[in-house]
Amino acid sequence: MGKTIAEKILSEHAARSVSAGEVAVVKVDYVFTHDASGPLLLKQLKELGVSKLHNPLRTIIFIDHVVPSPRKEISNEQSALRRFAAEAGCRFHEAGSGICHQLMAEYYASPGQIIVGTDSHTVTAGALAAFATGMGATDVAVAAALGKTWLRVPETFRVEVNGSLQKGVYAKDIILHLIGLLGADGATYKALEFVGDTIDSLPISERLVLCNMVVEAGAKVGFTPSDDVTKKYLAERGRVEEFREIRSDDNASYERVIKIDAAALEPQVACPHSVDNVKPVSEVKGVKVDLVFIGSCTNARLEDLHIAASVLKGKQIHPETRLIVTPASKEIYIKAMADGTLSTLIEAGALITPPGCGLCFGALGGIPADGEVIFTTTNRNFLGRTGNPAAYTYLGSPATAAATALKGRITDPRDVV
Amino acid sequence: MAGRAWKFGDNITTDHIAPGRYFHLRSNLEELAKHVLEDARPEFPLNVKKGDFVVAGVNFGSGSSREHAPTIIKLVGVEAVLAKSFARIFYRNAINIGLPAVICDTSLIEDGDTLSLDLSAGVVVNHTKGLEIRFPPLPDTMKKILEVGGLIPYIKRFGDLQL
Repeated sequence: MGKTIAEKILSEHAARSVSAGEVAVVKVDYVFTHDASGPLLLKQLKELGVSKLHNPLRTIIFIDHVVPSPRKEISNEQSALRRFAAEAGCRFHEAGSGICHQLMAEYYASPGQIIVGTDSHTVTAGALAAFATGMGATDVAVAAALGKTWLRVPETFRVEVNGSLQKGVYAKDIILHLIGLLGADGATYKALEFVGDTIDSLPISERLVLCNMVVEAGAKVGFTPSDDVTKKYLAERGRVEEFREIRSDDNASYERVIKIDAAALEPQVACPHSVDNVKPVSEVKGVKVDLVFIGSCTNARLEDLHIAASVLKGKQIHPETRLIVTPASKEIYIKAMADGTLSTLIEAGALITPPGCGLCFGALGGIPADGEVIFTTTNRNFLGRTGNPAAYTYLGSPATAAATALKGRITDPRDVV
Repeated sequence: MAGRAWKFGDNITTDHIAPGRYFHLRSNLEELAKHVLEDARPEFPLNVKKGDFVVAGVNFGSGSSREHAPTIIKLVGVEAVLAKSFARIFYRNAINIGLPAVICDTSLIEDGDTLSLDLSAGVVVNHTKGLEIRFPPLPDTMKKILEVGGLIPYIKRFGDLQL
């Protein structure tokens, strides 16, 4: 019997052949945490009585969730993480460097690795064919101390996406459509593999969007197989030697096969208050929006900012709507500044905040007022997610977000580009 | 020990359990616990008592990996969370910190019912309704972890991950 990507990577790291349903202890290649769960992870390490990390150079701490700190309590926690990183000799990314998942893609993740992080969107790195999954602080503390974890080998859903996307339709629309089909728990414990000619033609920036959101259907991991696109991305990052081709065997066994016709897809919108409450934009257009947010580990890459700028160039956002843009990393921020994208967005009325999770985490960065409607490019629209349980959040692509900022109402981007 | 059932719906997220707007309280779990589940039922953190049960529908604990969520549920004295199903990370986190997470038919429980739990026998007793609700045992790995009170005590005892 052939193996899926999940079975291949877990077998290599367990040093024995494992199949879906088995439980295995596996070596991990990278462990990471951030300012949201890092303080709890340090507490658990202390509780464990561990003074040395298994591999400091493969342990990473990011300050990304609440940056720059607006309160002394948070400053004290971030300071403790800084001190720990210096003492333990682990890798450290200071506030302003960017969102952990974007930095994992830029600097660390590569095909065949196992990565565990204290964040549910750790799955993002599956776009580089890494087995990357989110866990709690205790699990990741143990992985940091021992260099291994235990995992149940997941069954795999094969998601076949074929056809050319229409202009104005993106990976975000594919994944929202899929989550709508599966439901918020439709892929619980499963691995999702995205294949097909649509996926083959997607750049890494778009594959990251697909894998980022698999957890919104409950999945443990998501993968896009590694190929020439992956190799080119790693080469551009100066990491071409980390490239390996990883894909499922032809005779691998899938629990389910889902087919999506990309050509028939229109822009999709997730409506309040759950990510699986997905509708085509035609059914929700016209809803008045107070605040648009382009940010998060899902959709704040350079390509996303370019899309927004192309919609807004030479125009002004609607006078009754605000727009906040938060680039996903320092490198993206610098490039968007150098190529004029930020000027275009600022001239159109955008407020730019520094790289980090920003409003997506609901602790700072433009928290909406009571009763306000916000449209974001993020991954979650749960009640209270953006810091106010009396607000209503819609999710969509950067193109739909920019078109919505322009018109002040949820707008089909195909009507404005 | 018997406790009261606090009934919740489907898809209770970690944002309902431990809202991000209280981020600054994360290293002060006692204070954070005063807001546990307040966005789902505002009266819950005010009135929950030691030995009570959180009872929910499907996909309890979906969303973020924040371990603060099961931690503050345990901290306010909840005996166990009973649900039709759990989100993956929450389920694992709950066991890791020693909070029993039980998958069972919660449609047989109403808000305010008096319950007791026998984890090793695999039964929830609904005293109010005079019912016994049976549930399958935990997977072996998780059972071992829960039996010693969580993953940290497990590693301290065995010195390693052993399956």
